[in-house]
Amino acid sequence: MYNKRFIIPGLVIFVLFVTFPLWFNAFSTASPVPKPELPPGGEKECVAPASEMRDRHMVLLNEWRDGVLRDGERDVITVGGKQYRKGLQMACMQCHTSKEKFCDTCHDYTSVKPFCWDCHLTPEEAALKKETH
Amino acid sequence: MDKQRRKFLKVAGATALAGISAPAVVKLTSSPAIASSEHGAAADAHGAPADAHKAAAHGAEEAPKGVRLGLLVDMRKFYGKPELLDKAIAACHKVHNVPQIDNRKSEIKWVWKAPFENVFPEHSNSHSSKIRKENDFLIMCNHCDEPPCVRVCPTQATYRLPNGIVAMDFHRCIGCRFCMMGCPYGARSFNWENPRPYIKEYNPDFPSRMRGVVEKCNFCGERIALGKEPACLEAVKESGAIVFGDLNDPGSEIREVLDKENTIQRKPSLGTKPSVFYIV
Repeated sequence: MYNKRFIIPGLVIFVLFVTFPLWFNAFSTASPVPKPELPPGGEKECVAPASEMRDRHMVLLNEWRDGVLRDGERDVITVGGKQYRKGLQMACMQCHTSKEKFCDTCHDYTSVKPFCWDCHLTPEEAALKKETH
Repeated sequence: MDKQRRKFLKVAGATALAGISAPAVVKLTSSPAIASSEHGAAADAHGAPADAHKAAAHGAEEAPKGVRLGLLVDMRKFYGKPELLDKAIAACHKVHNVPQIDNRKSEIKWVWKAPFENVFPEHSNSHSSKIRKENDFLIMCNHCDEPPCVRVCPTQATYRLPNGIVAMDFHRCIGCRFCMMGCPYGARSFNWENPRPYIKEYNPDFPSRMRGVVEKCNFCGERIALGKEPACLEAVKESGAIVFGDLNDPGSEIREVLDKENTIQRKPSLGTKPSVFYIV
């Protein structure tokens, strides 16, 4: 091979450069994997297994929304002996009591900006102007 | 060459003639026998339904099926008691996180009050009684049987539920305000600004709305699902001024009152068939 001296180091440098994001992230601590807060109340069971909730919680919320608002499916959901009404404010946030420590951790990490909270009240927001009587 | 053309034209003409006359020939030869026998049978079979149809038409209204929720406001019990009206309005607005904006353009109202001639323009007349002139009337979404707002909504954000409630899915509302144009009762309000700062107390069981969304009375659909009564009714319960129930159930409380009393609806000539009735 001609110009072995230049080509091989050049290739090594090229490969290192192209794979920069991979090995840089492997060694850096700049963006650790998010750790959403588990329910402070100690609930261990969700409406679906954690892996499924991780993948499909947005789909489930849409199904709940259409069921409640359009199809009259307002039935309660029983999880671990406790009953919940379908809804972000009425089911999810009963256990995951902090939007900031639960929802936001992953949404910020993945740069997802859902608009749930434009209308729905976070527990923190609701407590801000609580009923006085 | 000439011979061939002659031949071609003859064949083409004959074919065209046969094609045009074929359906007529088929009809003339095959159908009379079948048609005549079919006709007799059909006439016999049609006899009964035709009679039934006539009977249904004569019976004025066919018995409606399913639930149709309705509300009756007995204004006689509100006369001279504006505080009772305010109580009903406040209860609704608190339960549904309705902002209190003191600005005619931006205000949000689910239930509100207005003078007689504004509420019942078709019923107003000169020399009306003192009671009519001095009292405000309670108004809200009429949850029409033929809701114009539902017809004009381009995203199906507003729709009629099987129980007669004209409901809204705020998630789908794009804020085009066609429904506000469509509604002849002015029952819809638009959020010109973020309503949150104007909400005095939050009901944690109900969401607020965001800027750019239309909202209106939902007949307390979320409370009825829990077996509760509408918030306005509950607030003035002891006065018995508001009655709520199934208009299709002849035994319901609201039907009893409707059968007994003389009631009116808002703008009946528009044909929207409101579910809200008034005793004035």
